[in-house]
Amino acid sequence: MTTTSTIKKGTVTGIISNLVMAVSDAPVAQNEICYISIGEEQLLGEIIKVIGKDIFIQCFESTRGMKVGNTIRFTDEMLEVTLGPGMLSKIYDGLQNDLKKFDSLLIKRGKRSEALDTSSRWHFVPLVEQGKTVSAGDWLGEVKENAIPHRIMVPFKLSGRYKIKKLVDEGDFGIDDVLAILESEEGENIDVKLWQKWPVKKPLKGYVEKVRPFAMLETGVRIIDTLIPIAEGGTGFIPGPFGTGKTVLQHAISKQADADVIIFAACGERANEIVDVFTEFPELDDPHTGRKLMERTIIIANTSNMPVAAREASVYTAMTIAEYFRNMGLKVLILADSTSRWAQALREMSNRLEELPGPDAFPMDLTAVIANFYARAGYVFLTNGSTGSITFLGTVSPSGGNLKEPVTEATKKSARCFYALSQKRADQKRYPAVDPTESYSKYLEYPEMQNYLHEHISALWIDMVTRTKDILLRGREVHDQINILGDDGVPLDYHVQFWKAEVIDFVILQQDAFDTIDAMTPIVRQKYMLQLVLQICQMEFDFKDFEEVAGFFKRIINKLKQLNYSTYESEQFKKIVEEYTLIINEKRIA
Amino acid sequence: MEYKAFQPIFYNITRINKATCELQCHMASYDEMAIINGKLAQVVKIVGDQVTLQVFSGTEGIPTDAEVLFTGEPPILKVSEDLAGRFLNAYGKPIDNGPEVQGEPRMIGGPSINPTKRERPSELILTGIAGIDLNNTLVTGQKIPFFADPEQPFNQVMADVALRAKADRIILGGIGLQHDDYLFFKNIFENAGAIDRIVSFINTTEDPSVERLLIPDMALTAAEYFAIDRNEKVLVLLTDLTLYCDALSIVSNNMDQISSKDNMPASLYSDLARLYEKAVQFPAGGSITIIAVTTLSGGDITHAIPDNTGYITEGQLFLRRDAEIGKTIVDPFRSLSRLKQLVIGKKTREDHPQVMNTAVRLYSDSANARTKLENGFDLNDYDKRCLSYAKEYSEKLLAIDVNVDIEDMLNTSWSLFSRYFKKEELAIRQDLVDKYWKD
Ligand SMILES: Nc1ncnc2c1ncn2[C@@H]1O[C@H](COP(=O)(O)OP(=O)(O)OP(=O)(O)O)[C@@H](O)[C@H]1O
Ligand SMILES: [Mg+2]
Repeated sequence: MTTTSTIKKGTVTGIISNLVMAVSDAPVAQNEICYISIGEEQLLGEIIKVIGKDIFIQCFESTRGMKVGNTIRFTDEMLEVTLGPGMLSKIYDGLQNDLKKFDSLLIKRGKRSEALDTSSRWHFVPLVEQGKTVSAGDWLGEVKENAIPHRIMVPFKLSGRYKIKKLVDEGDFGIDDVLAILESEEGENIDVKLWQKWPVKKPLKGYVEKVRPFAMLETGVRIIDTLIPIAEGGTGFIPGPFGTGKTVLQHAISKQADADVIIFAACGERANEIVDVFTEFPELDDPHTGRKLMERTIIIANTSNMPVAAREASVYTAMTIAEYFRNMGLKVLILADSTSRWAQALREMSNRLEELPGPDAFPMDLTAVIANFYARAGYVFLTNGSTGSITFLGTVSPSGGNLKEPVTEATKKSARCFYALSQKRADQKRYPAVDPTESYSKYLEYPEMQNYLHEHISALWIDMVTRTKDILLRGREVHDQINILGDDGVPLDYHVQFWKAEVIDFVILQQDAFDTIDAMTPIVRQKYMLQLVLQICQMEFDFKDFEEVAGFFKRIINKLKQLNYSTYESEQFKKIVEEYTLIINEKRIA
Repeated sequence: MEYKAFQPIFYNITRINKATCELQCHMASYDEMAIINGKLAQVVKIVGDQVTLQVFSGTEGIPTDAEVLFTGEPPILKVSEDLAGRFLNAYGKPIDNGPEVQGEPRMIGGPSINPTKRERPSELILTGIAGIDLNNTLVTGQKIPFFADPEQPFNQVMADVALRAKADRIILGGIGLQHDDYLFFKNIFENAGAIDRIVSFINTTEDPSVERLLIPDMALTAAEYFAIDRNEKVLVLLTDLTLYCDALSIVSNNMDQISSKDNMPASLYSDLARLYEKAVQFPAGGSITIIAVTTLSGGDITHAIPDNTGYITEGQLFLRRDAEIGKTIVDPFRSLSRLKQLVIGKKTREDHPQVMNTAVRLYSDSANARTKLENGFDLNDYDKRCLSYAKEYSEKLLAIDVNVDIEDMLNTSWSLFSRYFKKEELAIRQDLVDKYWKD
């Protein structure tokens, strides 16, 4: 972008909701940020289209009271986030205002707040020596932020190589202190502080190489880890009609997932769901570090009643912050709820711009926009050989629950795991309502992932998972048959097969997100349970009639559910296993 | 609404639609109110010197040389204690022959609440209706609609809920209310001696449909006054938001906007969310709970209106007629209160969550049995027990005329369990079965 010393001004020529039309004599750039004045208030906007002299701006705040002739100040900058220590535990809006820093109950427009805390002191430890040559993204030092070594990196905006002319010794510093001076090959000096800025719409790439994901990201959710695993650095999405459990599933994952940093992008959803997180997380323990969950969490909150344009910004803000942490060699998990709201924001704007509409009036380039966004996730190798990852899991809210709508279809082309929530399973309260046969993980087909599972869980694991899926599928088929032909119209064995699938369903697939023990199943326990359940599925039993079959398996399910509610390997747990073995032996053919 | 008296000016009106008209003007500000030919209107679009006004009572009779007064202010409501007991129209003007309401002018449709200033809802709202209290427990600060076909008694149920809930203030937003229903609400509130706790904003079917667009914002502005300024527990009733959405679509069609599914504006989700998200619990004790009605056509919940609503609200309550018992019930399958997990088993008895889930699961087994029966298959013993259970469950717990306390609802559930099932068929945690099973 050009840098001019004079202030670039423009004037408003029209207003339709959050679309502002303007003219300016100065040159402007696509995606340039501007401030529109209404009296004392300065409203933030972004240029989204230019036709001849006409500039189209999406305003991130309410345009109430705006008039033709109001002045606009262009900034020469794109929408940027401030990156540095102090972001963890924060609740930001889509434009990275720290919401806790606002005093009033209602969000006043035109108000901004600092993303980082200017009063905090951080203990800086250098990681390199003065005189070394470095380039963008290299680690200069670190400060400890909660459980995380927060690396202070060479600003990403720099290109080329720099010599470290000066680097401070270990000590306590504030956000604005100069920690290092870098000298470019041309002799230009650059100050490095604890923070730096980056435009959200540009992928932040400080890494050497992005590789195919190969490791499983443990989530503690059985149906995911056991049957449809997501890879660290992978992508997935959860489409489902309203109320089928997208948000509960994401929250469950966020509580247990094996990640260093969790970023919630609450995009056009309910404010109370954010309240849930910031009420609960400061109390809950992070199972991996023993610290509080909130310490590894960042919330980007653009709730559904906040200005629509900032919804789009919110997902990009989340992604950029994630990329920054990934470059510190950390595992980041982004949970975006719901990406459909972001697509709808694009649609509202595209309609106001009177662009040619695509299917369901969504913009024509929807698929490309979504694909570009998902492509920013991934598992990377950094210049110093460390690895970092961003795993992205978004929800999709298909209108009318119809999975053939444009946002679901576009997302399906980009995300590699598909967790379809089924209305039927939700109605039956079979939570999480992930449909075990429709859903898939492409990562299971990756040889590198298979190797990983082989080494980290068991050599038989993939085989067990395949068998489990077969039993579930078979269960579904025989269930249809029983429904068509009647209980008496099918062989007794059909009932046995149906009930074996039900055991898997009730004991492995269903998981109570609100029970402290059941909610959380580490992979060792998942392995134990799957082995147990598959043993039953292999056994042969002696039954008189189908009523006996149902009665028997219900007792089994009942016992195994009690098992799920007990602490792993506790006395109670062992006692239930014994009781269960007794029931099994009543009917089992040796 | 009262506005400072500027000088009205004659304008050349260049375009007139059913709900909007366009004129040439250089000074209009976005969203401000205007009075055109004596009718209230709002600026909804400005392109250069072309200003589009949305005329709330319709454009009938507006001439091409109309007199227009721009007020320079967005729509406002005057708020004070004086609102109590009053019946007002969409503009906040009395329709009860009382005096004008005096108070501080507040702009309606104002900014959103900072999420970090909210408190997590945790206070039960008890209604005595087991289909709600037991299966879909409500809490203060929640937003939830009734999904109902037009013939169902949703207004009655809503009035029952409102009067039994221990709210400090009830705000009724009547959107396209039938005149008879308006009188129904008036009577039932008067008879309950509750009129002083109630503020009503009423637009009936006799009033112009675009005026309806103001009702929810008026009601919610009043609600914010009582919840924020006076720390009260406020219950807002909005009936029927389907008619609100219809009015939105009239306006957007008049403005030549590309409509999305079911002829609704592409912004429908945001438009509805803006209203519902006013539901809130404040740490200081004040709260706004929104109970709304969304009528369905032919029970279709995939239609854009219920669909978008479902994605915004914290659950929904479905009313359905159970032919077998001849009563309206709260359908346990489609109904859901998403905030119930914040209170059940915590503020209610420990067995509540499991009892509720089990009761509904067994009821769904009865639905399977019924399908079998309809397909002409023999029923097994379990199926038969499920069917008998379902009938009694429906009668004793799901029917909307039930009015008992929550402890009784749980006890009734346990008696039904022991009458029709074996312990192991429940799949309820053993310690709870040991404690509550009724031999
Ligand atoms: N794993 C679970 N265990 C128990 N209950 C669940 C589970 N998942 C979902 N539920 C129930 O379903 C309700 C709705 O879930 P959730 O809010 O996650 O739906 P959603 O798909 O995010 O809906 P929306 O699209 O409207 O946001 C929850 O409030 C809860 O009652
Ligand atoms: Mg959700």
